[in-house]
Amino acid sequence: MAESLDAFRSEVRAYLEANCPPEMRQPFQSEDDAPWGGRNFKWSAPQKAWLDAMAAKGWTVPTWPTEYGGGGLSKDEAKVLAEEMRRIKARPPLQSFGIWMLGPALLKYGSHEQKLEYLPPIARGEIRWCQGYSEPGAGSDLASLKTRADDHGDHWVINGSKVWTSYADQADWIFCLVRTDFSATKHNGISFVLFDMASPGVSTKPIKLISGYSPFCETFFDNVKVPKSQLVGELNRGWDIAKYLLTHEREMIGAMDTGGSGPGLGQLAGKLIGADADGRMNDPILRGDIVRADMDGLAFMLTMERVKDEAKAGQGVGALSSMLKYYGTELNKRRQELFMSVRGSDGLMWEGEESRNGAQPRNWLRSRANSIEGGTSEVQLNIIAKRVLELPGA
Amino acid sequence: MALVLTDEQAMIRDSADGFFAEKAPVSELRRLRDARDEVGFSRELWKAMAEMGFAGILVPEDQGGVGLGYVAAGLVQEAIGRNLTLSPMLSTAVLGATAIIAAGTGEQKAALLPRIAAGDLLLALAAEEKSRHTPNQVETRAEPSGNGFRLTGRKSFVLDGHVADKLIVVARTDGEADDTKGLTLFLVDRDAAGVTVDRTVMVDSRNAARVTLDGVQVDGADVLGEVGGGWPVLERVLDAGRACLAAEMLGLSGESFRQTVDYLKQREQFGVKIGSFQALQHRAAHLFCEIELVRSATLRALQALDEGGNAALFVSLAKGKASEVAKLATNEAVQMHGGIGMTDEFDIGFFMKRARAAMETFGDGAFHSDRMARLMGY
Repeated sequence: MAESLDAFRSEVRAYLEANCPPEMRQPFQSEDDAPWGGRNFKWSAPQKAWLDAMAAKGWTVPTWPTEYGGGGLSKDEAKVLAEEMRRIKARPPLQSFGIWMLGPALLKYGSHEQKLEYLPPIARGEIRWCQGYSEPGAGSDLASLKTRADDHGDHWVINGSKVWTSYADQADWIFCLVRTDFSATKHNGISFVLFDMASPGVSTKPIKLISGYSPFCETFFDNVKVPKSQLVGELNRGWDIAKYLLTHEREMIGAMDTGGSGPGLGQLAGKLIGADADGRMNDPILRGDIVRADMDGLAFMLTMERVKDEAKAGQGVGALSSMLKYYGTELNKRRQELFMSVRGSDGLMWEGEESRNGAQPRNWLRSRANSIEGGTSEVQLNIIAKRVLELPGA
Repeated sequence: MALVLTDEQAMIRDSADGFFAEKAPVSELRRLRDARDEVGFSRELWKAMAEMGFAGILVPEDQGGVGLGYVAAGLVQEAIGRNLTLSPMLSTAVLGATAIIAAGTGEQKAALLPRIAAGDLLLALAAEEKSRHTPNQVETRAEPSGNGFRLTGRKSFVLDGHVADKLIVVARTDGEADDTKGLTLFLVDRDAAGVTVDRTVMVDSRNAARVTLDGVQVDGADVLGEVGGGWPVLERVLDAGRACLAAEMLGLSGESFRQTVDYLKQREQFGVKIGSFQALQHRAAHLFCEIELVRSATLRALQALDEGGNAALFVSLAKGKASEVAKLATNEAVQMHGGIGMTDEFDIGFFMKRARAAMETFGDGAFHSDRMARLMGY
């Protein structure tokens, strides 16, 4: 096993060395560098070369089966690939909600035909997906969603609207929760459907956030025709898929920009604020706040590691994605507050090159949404109370 | 190293859990407290712990121990924490054994380690002089005398000092009061001439002692480690104790949380179980997360000690975080139990008392936060 892994590592190393363009071996400079893919994406030449090289091996989605465009790698092999990419500081060749969210759901709930149709274009970065979950009247209470799909024989007609649809204005297709049974209890009448955003009757409108960015949209459906073959899983069982997907989303959000992986807040503060002869940063109370956040960050990072290791060893408890989502996002918000404190008035700069167009305050503001999107912190605590602690009436 | 228990470690955990739940549950702490027991723990229990291999858990096999390392020692301490067991495990099996393994000569190891493992020798670390943990603040002096030294000074918070056969005394052979250089460790018989031990009964029903050294004569063979080079050994010993205290606090936090969640499912007010109130659910769920973080940090710290390198960062993370969370867990436990949580008849208060004492032992959240920040360079 170890020997074959070593052989695999040499193979990966040689391939990456030969195929990863130098431009793709440095961190993203801006949001524009993110390789989202899709029909309208403008690939730079190195981005395209890197994508094609990785997609040829199935390594944009290393653990997916090869027949669906994946690399068919074991978890250990995928880890080797990730390590080797990190070693040369290679960027991910492709990132998308197709890879992170829809793919895992289709692999679990989709038919063989659906997998063949939808997964390879995701792996090759040809189709960009968005997620149609929240609605104006269905946020934390997602299952009360009202977008309706009326049965018209061989197709449905969809009417309603979604909100907080990430990048809906740039997406090619949507995976969407719709109500297909109007008499059932709220969790039991929901279905999970896929359709083209270019379908007649679909429109989007970006939402400008407090950060000044517009990563989300309102999305409207006005008599949109959707063939019945585009239903995933069973009719009226879409909530199961939604929950499964939300688990993935939580893990993703919880793992973003957190404690241990973040830049050294204390080191930055020591540099900007100064230190005494013993090397202790000058503002002792702020220093205390920073180190508490660093400790929680490191303990959180170790917990993510432990959860992974326990899962591998077949141990561990359920509903941990809620714990990671809750703690990771709250921690990130705390860290962003501390970054603002450390930078003082410099952190208030909203425009201009010096402040990279207000990156600090915009990141701080953006991070406020971490504990709202993908299920609020309060919803995560509800889930822990119910599923882990088994408290009554939760 | 993966952050999971090996099969062997999982077995140790299960056998320690079973042993302490049966032989030394919280009711035993209550009995010893109410009896105002002079020893403060059951010597019979300590013998049984030695037979289980717990007393010699760090002692190598060729010295009569089981040599299972710090992760295993932490699992025993966690079970001790869950049951609030009174025993000299920390003072002797962790602190004492670590000191002798780290700094002892061949003769010292051969003479002392097998007796520790057999449960026949009790040790106590006499390091502290201030009421808040500052291990470098040592005024106790060791002046050269004959072929050895004469020790003069006062030590406080000497855990199990009232019953220890030998004290490990930290004294200054050189330097100023807060220098880390110039410290030396000495092995001193408790009944040596010039040693006075005053037992102090603490809030957690454990015993510590004030030790006065009045010109105590020791010879060269009683020096543990190098003269003037005691600081790194002391740090190693303290870090071992801190990580094991983190494990103990993990155990007591987890158990007080378990009992509290049970109570939330039973107690009714306003015609419903109080556990159905979201105000309590969210606090309980938050506490669950915090305890999970302590579990990860503690395991990592114990693994770092087993790896043998510098474990300071992970140890301070574990001890600091475990202290803060033990405080939260036990305060929430009392609050959520309401009035009954304030009664002596009910056990939950014992958990809060032990949490506070364990926090104050070898540095609380503030001490270890400061140490973390320094280790991280700010």
